[in-house]
Order: sequence, then structure tokens, then C-alpha cells
Amino acid sequence: MSGLIGKKLGMTSIFDTSGRSIGCTVIEAGPCFVTQIKESKTDGYKSIQLAYDEKKSKKTTKALKGHFDTSKVTPKKKIIEFRNFKDEFSDKVKLGMKINIEDIFNENEFLDVTAISKGKGFQGVVKRHNFGGVGQSTHGQHNRNRHPGSIGAGSTPSRVFKGMKMGGRMGGERIKIQNLKILKILSDKNLIYVRGSVPGSNNSYVVLSN
Amino acid sequence: MDIKLNTENVELRKTFPEFGAGDTINVLLKIREGNKERIQQFQGTVIQRKNVGSNGETFTIRKISDSIAVERIIPIFSPSIERIELIRKGKVRRSRIYYLRKRKGKLARIKEKI
Repeated sequence: MSGLIGKKLGMTSIFDTSGRSIGCTVIEAGPCFVTQIKESKTDGYKSIQLAYDEKKSKKTTKALKGHFDTSKVTPKKKIIEFRNFKDEFSDKVKLGMKINIEDIFNENEFLDVTAISKGKGFQGVVKRHNFGGVGQSTHGQHNRNRHPGSIGAGSTPSRVFKGMKMGGRMGGERIKIQNLKILKILSDKNLIYVRGSVPGSNNSYVVLSN
Repeated sequence: MDIKLNTENVELRKTFPEFGAGDTINVLLKIREGNKERIQQFQGTVIQRKNVGSNGETFTIRKISDSIAVERIIPIFSPSIERIELIRKGKVRRSRIYYLRKRKGKLARIKEKI
């Protein structure tokens, strides 16, 4: 899996060649810097560690500073490891190397986006599990429109089965959206336009991979 | 960077005449039929402009065609717009003149702004 770390900037719309308007997400992707290279000989597996987003040296711990110094990269906010990076890359990759969008992604190809979704708080079963709610709102039924209904039988088994879908905390979890089309790449501004929506709030980190 | 309005769209907007609700405009639209491309004209009164200042800005244009009212919503940055011509400035008090939909004949007239 090769990829980049980025930041979701927000949504907008652009026109395709046939003149249709397409909703898309703008992501600032990279430039990322290689901070560590793991080899199967020394670490048991192959991977590349990338860092993204400038950070004040004052706000970096000494331990992290030492880590960045070994690759001669200025301190960064987000560090993520990518296993089995692109084959043609693995030979060329050097510590401290800069990786841009066009090194990895091309227009009209597809990519996956991983991010933490927006937290929704404590939600009922209708929103959280797409339940239909309890039937009618007339004919004597008066206050159970969005309830789950029955959660199981009585004396047998006289308990609620594990994993029963109920209300609870929703959102704020790691979600991967697969096969989003790359509509446009602005390499001078490090921007990438991706068709459709992407999890998370604006200005939150996303991981782009293919 | 401001992603709400692309810089190329800012440039594109300068090529259009300034128009708003109440104005009569003529929109020249590129229509593709098979491999041929032709220009279709749509002339009418602007009812509203929506989402001004964003890439998704649209305007609604209304005309009476053979006693049947036709409204079209057109994205202003659409590549199928060839040209927009301002024909007549209208004097209206509202930015969205929905009341025009209920009016017929003489009542549906709009005074010209001079």
C-alpha cells in the first residue's frame, strides 16, 4: 500500500467535460517526508514512515526531535507508517526524501481515503442502525415512534443476546472509503480533488492510499 | 486557499454582464447532439441568483414560451454557457421575484430601470 497523508479542506463542485457538475472534496495531500525505512531484515517487515504538516520545534518533545534529526526533517505533526510501499519506490526511497502527489497518484485513477468520522454523540437506533422505528403514530400508539421495539424473547433465553443493536455512541471511528475517483490534481498547490465525500471534519487528517 | 470560489471562476465571472433579479437576459447555450454542437438561445427574466460567491452559483431564468411558462436553473460557471447578453435592466424591490409565477399578462410586467 502506497499513499500519502493529507488534510481535508472542504467540499466544492467542478464541471466535467460533458458539462455536468460533480460534487468533490478538496484534500491537501503532502508533501510528505520519509522519516524511517523499515526493512524485513532488521524489523521483520517492509514499510516506510511518512511525516506531514509542519510543527514548531518548540512544541516537539526531545525524543521526537531526535527521531526527526536522524532523517534531517523539520518536526512534523502527523507520522504514519505505510506497509509495502510501491515497488518502484522502495529502491529509490531515502531518509528525508520528499514525496509529492504526482509521485503516487494520477488523474482519473482511484484511491481510498481513511479518516476519523465526525462524532455524532449518543444516538438512538433509528439514526445509528437505520431501524424503521415502531410502526404507526396513530391508532392508540402515542410515544414510541423512534424506539427499537422488542430486543428478544422472554423466559427463554431470559437474557439479551450479545451484539444486539441498540442506541449508543456513534461516529468518531476510523472509516475507509474505497475507490474514490481523482478528478483533478493541482501539484503546485499540493491539492487533490476527489469525487464524492470523505469522512471527518474540515482540516482533519486523512490518509490517501491506493 | 479559498476553495469556495476558484480563481479561474473569478476570471470567468468578469466576462459576464452584471445582472440580477428582474433583468432580462439572453443565454447562449452550447448543445451537443451526437457529434454536432449548436447554440441554443434562452431569453427570459432572471428570477433569482443563488449561492453567489461560490463555485456552485446558479441563476433561474423564466420565459413564457407559447403561453407555457418555462424556468431553467443554470449554473453560472457551466462550461456549456457560450455567452450571456444583458437585454434589459428591470426595476424590482426583491432579490427573488417568485411573485412573478402567480402573475399573468399585464401584471407580469417589470418596469425598466434607467
